Amino acid sequence: MIYREAGQFKTSYRQDAAIFPILQDRIAIWFYLFVAFIVIPTFGSDFFINSMMIPFLIFAMASIGLNVLTGYTGQISLGTGAFMGVGAYACYKLTTYFPETNIIILVLLSGFFAAGIGMIFGLPSLRIKGFYLVVTTLAAQFFLEWCFIRVPWLYNYNASGAIEVPQREAFGLIVTGPSASPSVRYLVVLSIVVFLTWIVSNLIHGRIGRTWMMIRDMDIAAELIGVRPLYAKLSAFAVSSYVAGVAGAMLVFFWLGAAEVESFDVNHSFLILFMVIIGGLGSLVGSFLGAAFIWMLPIIIRAVPKMTGLDINASTVEQLNFMIIGALIIVFLIIEPHGLARLWAIAKQKLRIWPFPH
Amino acid sequence: MNAAAPQPYTTEDGREIGGVLMEMKNITLKFGGVTAIKGISFDIQEGEIRAIIGPNGAGKTSMLNVINGFYHPQEGEIVFRGETRSRMRPYEAAKQGISRTFQNVALFQGMTTLDNIMAGRTLKMHRNFLWQLLRYGPALDEEIEHRRKVEEVIDFLEIEHIRRTPVGQLPYGLQKRVELGRALAAEPSLLLLDEPMAGMNVEEKEDMSRFILDVNEQMGTTIALIEHDMGVVMDLADRVVVLDYGKKIADGPPGEVQSNQDVIDAYLGVPH
Repeated sequence: MIYREAGQFKTSYRQDAAIFPILQDRIAIWFYLFVAFIVIPTFGSDFFINSMMIPFLIFAMASIGLNVLTGYTGQISLGTGAFMGVGAYACYKLTTYFPETNIIILVLLSGFFAAGIGMIFGLPSLRIKGFYLVVTTLAAQFFLEWCFIRVPWLYNYNASGAIEVPQREAFGLIVTGPSASPSVRYLVVLSIVVFLTWIVSNLIHGRIGRTWMMIRDMDIAAELIGVRPLYAKLSAFAVSSYVAGVAGAMLVFFWLGAAEVESFDVNHSFLILFMVIIGGLGSLVGSFLGAAFIWMLPIIIRAVPKMTGLDINASTVEQLNFMIIGALIIVFLIIEPHGLARLWAIAKQKLRIWPFPH
Repeated sequence: MNAAAPQPYTTEDGREIGGVLMEMKNITLKFGGVTAIKGISFDIQEGEIRAIIGPNGAGKTSMLNVINGFYHPQEGEIVFRGETRSRMRPYEAAKQGISRTFQNVALFQGMTTLDNIMAGRTLKMHRNFLWQLLRYGPALDEEIEHRRKVEEVIDFLEIEHIRRTPVGQLPYGLQKRVELGRALAAEPSLLLLDEPMAGMNVEEKEDMSRFILDVNEQMGTTIALIEHDMGVVMDLADRVVVLDYGKKIADGPPGEVQSNQDVIDAYLGVPH
């Protein structure tokens, strides 16, 4: 009834090729943006913005990066954590050398370093596939972690071995460092995430996205049609690592404030991979849903006893949390192996004909 | 066998067949100790429907793989449009205008019919990465322009209703048709079809035959096809080359090939 395309006739291929061809979807996207940009910064508490929204957006960004590689191009990677680290350390070095430059520009630039490193570690993908590629990306993960510890130049020879985010201003506002307000950091992160999601969405809906999916679905046929695997795979590695690198830089500069190698270890690679799988391989919406599921749900579950006045021991809550999340992951994957994004798509499909399914 | 250079001719139904488009000279292809193709020569003339037939394991599919650069023959040379071709990658063959379908449908299962056929036009799209990032201006114009071409193919093959369906969900006969569409979208000058009728019922075979004839007549595309259904081959093909155990045993118009004793022996067997 509400989500219906009756009466919306597309009279040109341009209209039909739009990313959101249905009017209700376009309204919905503006609504989400309105909520994200206006409502949340105005009414959200500092805790909500700082502990939930900012990390959610950053992990969603990293998931989009991994999704480009794994979901759209079919190359499984366990190096996301390390590529995020490359972005973070690159941004740190950049702001050390160019303290006056707008930090947002530096964050966006630092992704290019991650892209370069990602392409180098993507080279084996031209020869090997599947589990063997997982092993080489794991090698990238360990090698880069080693660099983050053993190359003191990367953290400016700090005695602690950690990178401390200095205070930086952009557009007259303090955006990084301890005295930056959560709302400002949130808006910066949100803008970058929206911008890069838009860019990735453009790529996916065009020729380049199609060549990625061709490689994923049938690489031999793709080659016979005229796709060069070298370009397709390396461009996927580059875009994926770029996005992951920017996410890593944001993680340190707009959320953690300080970081060492543990922030980019293999556990983070797994965390992002879980978000992508739960959310749905090959779906941008899925990246957001997966990040929300894995990041926000535990926080919400933790808050439930407090809100309902139940007197449960904190460690019991933590145990329950693990059990509930674990069970939910299994339940969702049994209901729909293609992730939350597929459930979302099915719900939309059902809604189109509701309430008269015949 | 026919040593003289093939001449342009006119078919019974009045189609003009031009000069030689592709010539295979003494092709030999070995996999380790197994010789899949032994010194085969034949040619494909412009505008004709050329069938390659033979019993299982005769080397037909290997021959197609040689033609589009997937296998590299140890001996022999391939002349395409008057140019001798050196060792080339499938990508380059595609660029020269050779496209094909596969024996086992090789569609991009996760993509829609529309995207699969759009994929066939990959080589014709040139807007660079930066425009693609914005999906605006020239990149979008290009996308729309190719969409128009793709819609013509969809219209031609009568698959409008499955435009938005992921091909993995389509029945086999339709998948074969989408695959033909993907090959046609590249506007090939030489179309290779590897068993286009395999696993189809009579009605689907009739449809597919009509599409093949229409492609040949309306678009003037040269077609080389492998097929096991002799009725189809005899009806469609202008000339037939017969392979057996990697050797050529006959080459000529369908009627002539049909009565060739070697061909009958190869298909029915000979008493020892």
